[in-house]
Amino acid sequence: MAYSDKVLDHYENPRNVGSLDKNDPQVGTGMVGAPACGDVMKLMIKVNDDGIIEDAKFKTYGCGSAIASSSLVTEWLKGRTIEEAYAIKNSEIAEELALPPVKIHCSVLAEDAIKAAVADIKAKQAAKDNA
Amino acid sequence: MLQNHFQLFSLPKQFDIDVKALESNYRKIQSASHPDRFVNASASEKLQSMQLATSANEAYQVLKKPARRAQYLLELNGVNAIADTNTAMPVEFLMQQMEWRERMEDAKAARDIATLETLNAELHKDARSIQTELAHLFDRQNDLSKATAETRKLIFIDKVCADILHAIEQIE
Repeated sequence: MAYSDKVLDHYENPRNVGSLDKNDPQVGTGMVGAPACGDVMKLMIKVNDDGIIEDAKFKTYGCGSAIASSSLVTEWLKGRTIEEAYAIKNSEIAEELALPPVKIHCSVLAEDAIKAAVADIKAKQAAKDNA
Repeated sequence: MLQNHFQLFSLPKQFDIDVKALESNYRKIQSASHPDRFVNASASEKLQSMQLATSANEAYQVLKKPARRAQYLLELNGVNAIADTNTAMPVEFLMQQMEWRERMEDAKAARDIATLETLNAELHKDARSIQTELAHLFDRQNDLSKATAETRKLIFIDKVCADILHAIEQIE
């Protein structure tokens, strides 16, 4: 299958691969998986006191489109608020990377990883506020 | 009415099936619908026998593999176990997946077939315990929600196993 240039670029030079300290109260982790193709995606975001994402890292096992989708969102997330991050739609990711219909689910995975990471940081903040 | 895959092989609609019965019934249908038997038959009989052979082939492929069989049982109950919109999995299971994938990548880079085989054996053990659980969930408890979660795990494990075998082939 032919990948778009943008997918190839992210696949060959993935941005922000790695992890952050998951025990850091400012770090939220989102993990999601798609059984159909066996993809696993881990996305970590570091959020400052103003609710702005300062850093984002990912680790993905999957096809080129899944890696490109997660690499792209780590670039998009930096500098955004967690509310803005939560509003990112898989269709924006798919459009930016020109994903073919059979690879749309890779962008769904990336969107769900963001939502899971935001939910995790919110849960951590709520736990801190209640402490 | 169209027969489902289980009916085609006269098997009860359940997860824990008699694999020997599946195989012998499959062979019976294959031989009964073999083109050699229909050389002098009418066009419609030829077509019918060909369709039967095709359905039997497809049904056999689905039923013989536990993960596909579980997925099919869920399908018959209106559940799509691998829907694109369902990406939530237990975090511990996903962490385990990452760890397996990392070990596989490392062993692959080191061309270490022994480690790949060990990993493959570990995964098969996990797959077998999920299959035992699935027989319980489908056939005794009829708990489709838990069965869906276990089926999704089994599909994941099968995928890693396939990738391990592929890696071993590439090294050899």
